[in-house]
Amino acid sequence: MSDINVTSAGAMSADPSSRYLVREHHPEHGTMLGFWIYLMSDCLIFACLFATYAVLGRNYAGGPSGGELFDLKLIALNTAFLLFSSITYGFAMLQAKVKNKGGTLLWLAVTGLFGLCFLGVEIYEFMHLIHEGAGPQRSGFLTSFFALVGTHGLHVTFGAIWLVTLMVQISKHGLHAANMRRLNCLSLFWHFLDVVWIGVFTFVYLMGVLP
Amino acid sequence: MQAYPTETDPIFGRLSWEAIPFHEPILLATFAGVALGGIALVALLTYFRVWGYLWKNWITSIDHKKIGIMYMILGLIMLLRGFADALMMRAQQAIAFGDSAGFLPPHHYDQVFTAHGVIMIFFVAMPLITGLMNYVVPLQIGARDVAFPFLNNFSFWMTTMGAVLVMASLFVGEFARTGWLAFPPLSGILASPDVGVDYYIWSLQIAGVGTLLSGVNLLVTIVKMRAPGMDMMKMPVFTWTALCTNILIVAAFPVLTAVLGMLSMDRLLGTHFFTNELGGNAMMYVNLIWIWGHPEVYILILPCFGIFSEVVSTYCSKRLFGYTSMVYATCVIMILSYLVWLHHFFTMGSGASVNSFFGITTMIISIPTGAKLFNWLFTMYRGRIRFELPMMWTVAFMVTFTIGGMTGVMLAIPPADFVLHNSLFLIAHFHNVIIGGVLFGLFAGINYWFPKAFGFKLDVFWGKVSFWFWVVGFYVAWMPVYALGFMGVTRRLNHIEDPSLAPYFQVAAFGVVLIALGIGAMLVQFGVSFMRRKQLRDVTGDPWGGRTLEWSTSSPPPDYNFAFTPVVHDNDTWADMKKNGYKRPLKDFVAIHMPSNTGAGFIIAALSAVIGFATIWHMWALAVIGFVAMMAVIIGHTFNYKRDFYISAEEVTRTEEQHTALLGSHV
Amino acid sequence: MLLPLLWLTGCNTVVLNPSGDIAAQQAHLVMVSVYLMLLIVVPVIFLTLYFAWRYRQSNTKATYAPDWDHSTKLELVIWGVPLLLIIVLGLITWISTHLLDPYRPLQRLDEKRPIPAGVTPMTVEVVALDWKWLFIYPEQGVATVNELVTPVDRPIKFKITASTVMNAFYVPAMAGMIYAMPAMETQLNAVMNKAGTYDGFSSNYSGAGFSGMRFKYHAMPQGDFDAWVAKMKAGGGELTRTDYVQLAKPSEKDPVRRYAAVDPTLYSAIVNLCVEPGTKCMAQTMHEDAQRNAAAAAHKKAQHEAGKKANPGEIARVAQLGAEVCTTPADKPTISMKTDNASVSN
Repeated sequence: MSDINVTSAGAMSADPSSRYLVREHHPEHGTMLGFWIYLMSDCLIFACLFATYAVLGRNYAGGPSGGELFDLKLIALNTAFLLFSSITYGFAMLQAKVKNKGGTLLWLAVTGLFGLCFLGVEIYEFMHLIHEGAGPQRSGFLTSFFALVGTHGLHVTFGAIWLVTLMVQISKHGLHAANMRRLNCLSLFWHFLDVVWIGVFTFVYLMGVLP
Repeated sequence: MQAYPTETDPIFGRLSWEAIPFHEPILLATFAGVALGGIALVALLTYFRVWGYLWKNWITSIDHKKIGIMYMILGLIMLLRGFADALMMRAQQAIAFGDSAGFLPPHHYDQVFTAHGVIMIFFVAMPLITGLMNYVVPLQIGARDVAFPFLNNFSFWMTTMGAVLVMASLFVGEFARTGWLAFPPLSGILASPDVGVDYYIWSLQIAGVGTLLSGVNLLVTIVKMRAPGMDMMKMPVFTWTALCTNILIVAAFPVLTAVLGMLSMDRLLGTHFFTNELGGNAMMYVNLIWIWGHPEVYILILPCFGIFSEVVSTYCSKRLFGYTSMVYATCVIMILSYLVWLHHFFTMGSGASVNSFFGITTMIISIPTGAKLFNWLFTMYRGRIRFELPMMWTVAFMVTFTIGGMTGVMLAIPPADFVLHNSLFLIAHFHNVIIGGVLFGLFAGINYWFPKAFGFKLDVFWGKVSFWFWVVGFYVAWMPVYALGFMGVTRRLNHIEDPSLAPYFQVAAFGVVLIALGIGAMLVQFGVSFMRRKQLRDVTGDPWGGRTLEWSTSSPPPDYNFAFTPVVHDNDTWADMKKNGYKRPLKDFVAIHMPSNTGAGFIIAALSAVIGFATIWHMWALAVIGFVAMMAVIIGHTFNYKRDFYISAEEVTRTEEQHTALLGSHV
Repeated sequence: MLLPLLWLTGCNTVVLNPSGDIAAQQAHLVMVSVYLMLLIVVPVIFLTLYFAWRYRQSNTKATYAPDWDHSTKLELVIWGVPLLLIIVLGLITWISTHLLDPYRPLQRLDEKRPIPAGVTPMTVEVVALDWKWLFIYPEQGVATVNELVTPVDRPIKFKITASTVMNAFYVPAMAGMIYAMPAMETQLNAVMNKAGTYDGFSSNYSGAGFSGMRFKYHAMPQGDFDAWVAKMKAGGGELTRTDYVQLAKPSEKDPVRRYAAVDPTLYSAIVNLCVEPGTKCMAQTMHEDAQRNAAAAAHKKAQHEAGKKANPGEIARVAQLGAEVCTTPADKPTISMKTDNASVSN
């Protein structure tokens, strides 16, 4: 995204109309605000999914319930993967701030790895559930569960693809302004997914096993 | 009835020759007309060798002005389609009494009323208001473009591709037969196994992405790109209403995305969000869709309130009465629009306390709305009113919308709603506020800003013809419908038992014919204005004695809008500048940094339409290929860092000198 | 604007001239709200047209005040008067919504007569099918399709559901509408004060046969109604579950059907989606669902305890406890995704 700048040239005229003009104008960059707003709209999608889970989350339809299905140890492991990936992304940003390209790429790679581990565990969990007959078609509870957790997983997947793309772009072009903006946006995205996950493991997993 | 192959072909999914409606004469005739017209258009464009020009200057344009114009063209074309649906419905209901089944088979009629609603809201009203906001807001705030010009182009093409899918459903397959909001279980896979609801879902999802991004874009533009000195309380009222509208868009459209996504999962994957058995809950859909739906109608009307504010103060040659209170009223309406959604289903059995709460919040919205109306009224008071077309539309709006608002407050009382819900009274109410509010506002806006966009005014005679046919036609068409509501007639009927009701329907049909003449006159107005453009030329850039910054530019403005960014000292900035003897700068121009055109938006949108079409017809291979291709183009696009260029100082000087010469010729 | 309104009250405007007390109160509400709002609407429309005429550009006699854009007093009126009106309407709304809640049992027969002592509400069960209406009269043990018959001046309690898609049950002459939804039951309490034949229909679009989904409602004096019931019972025909399954198949513009007897559990089965033999009733499923997590938690605890103690007697005792706790009425085995052996209870 580029600035729309007016670079100055020539002297200011003494024309009284000049109080109505400026010869050099740098509008502020809108990328971070724009990304925040998009992210909040994404948050709203998650809010709808949470609301749907709140309504349908106890409709087991005679099928298995959270108490019977959730392996909280596995979820704790998964949560650890995601939370660590957020910390490592933070390390990447610290490296980027001091313009250390190698360090940035290293920590981005570690982040991506943790993210892939998270996805791997989640896919394993989903496959197991489906294999046991507890797929999204079984009940309203499972439908809303797969929708919420699955949408989060899809977001992590897209985040991982974005991460790899950005790593290629940083290694090609370095940490210039445009890439810094992109790193900042991905940072917001990644941490946001972390926050959503905290909501997920609280409302879905921890509360889902309660009577 | 559509017959779908039960085995899915690996390449063509459930698409087969049976999807083409060879047995429906009305559709075949329409298709023939569209095909012939389309071929003629393509032939003309090829003959005049304008494809290159169109691609370079319009399709790939990231200029908010060009994109705004394209949105308006899309909206007006889709108005013709949506209105054709209206004509068919009125004709059917004027004939189908007692033993007569009318001319539209029920299977067709049920698609017509669904398509009519979907098209009018999503592909007429939304593009028209988005187009106006896109064109006008950057000019009003003294900016050169919107915050994200590429996204702007992409948003437009996504909306267009949504429209393309709806139009495709006419000729390949069928459209939904569920009403414009497609409630389950009727829209679920069991009751609607055909492709209709899938076309509905995909066209709205694709267009919805476009709208959401457009909302983000305009929000950041207004917050970040205002000219120096333009504090929030010095923004023009149209920009204020655009701000509130885009906040609503960003806060409402994700809900639509989520709920349609859930419906498509129920249909494609057999999940249980909204099914009757296995733990689904159809009431959840009704709630979610209306949590989107109510803000949506405020998205439609708020910019039109902004248009009226600009128009009234311009043609009364007077400052807008109560600017501060207008701003607060707009913000209050924006916030309250989130607290009323249940009034769309009082009859779903929520209980008295819940119903009363939402009924009362609905009524409270009428207070700021009324305040705005009074403020326009008192702007007229002690003004010097020129009855140019935009002002005529505004007065018609003020009378018509007041009636519509009154019927709305009537419906807001739950027990009254129990006898009027889903009746023709309801239909009359919302057409009253949408036609009287949104459409009249759009016509006022079009007549008002047309000279700015094209450099010549619209012909007044044909504009007045259109105006009178529309206004008279509106009342003739809709007052009988209010009456029918009181006679206990419900909506979406393709056949009416009681023949004594026929006269009312026939008067209503006559009214629609009058409106058709109004639309025809408007098309003639465009044509005649183009032919007479030399006489109707807007030389000064300020044909109406405007008060806001867009009128300080030439008509049409140069690509860069402003050679130098304006500095703002007061509301009604341009009026202030004129009053203080402002003179255009004539020299010392500098090079201007501009974003480059790109075809990526068009390509990505087209690919998403392919994915939509493929998913609708279960052509999984094509859907996957389309998705991979789309991801490749998106990722490829992000590798392009060189997206800008400079307009040289010499070129700016030349453009400005041309404008100076034009202004001189007028004197 | 008033004149057309008056004319309207004449021409078969059933909504404004109903024959049932609830609808009459609702019609009254409509009129009251219109008159209240006309207090503002009429002056506004008048002022709009008047100002448009008076301040037109050619009328140079009118004062022109181009910079007058603010008046605190006027703003107070502009915000205050509508606020007062809405406060009044709001109060009316709160009160009337509670009084006219469809779930609320009737307190009177009409504005002049309370409910006589000894008169109890009559229940009618309503099922919206594709695309016809089934009425079951549980107290009389009969049923009809596309024909509703009740006595006059007796409160009716409608219990309403649907078979497949959302509909709405509406008899304009009697009361407001309420949605008919599958797997759910809504209620409408109403009364008919005048004998006669009235129209009823669905007012929520439900598919291909929607336009034909109409029925006649015959309200008659209690004596005539009893005679009708007797005639029905003599008429023959029985609505069993099998008959219902046939009836529920899609059809349009069905003729009136009458049944002398009806399976008393049929309506409840329809609401619970368990008419077909072998299907489980939703109420039962929901009841069992509510216990699942508690059972699972206890089971886990039992397993955990059993794992900790090596004492065989203890194990036996805990195992028995586990077995008892895990004996849920569900006939499906519960499954867990733990990596240790999948445990099956029951």
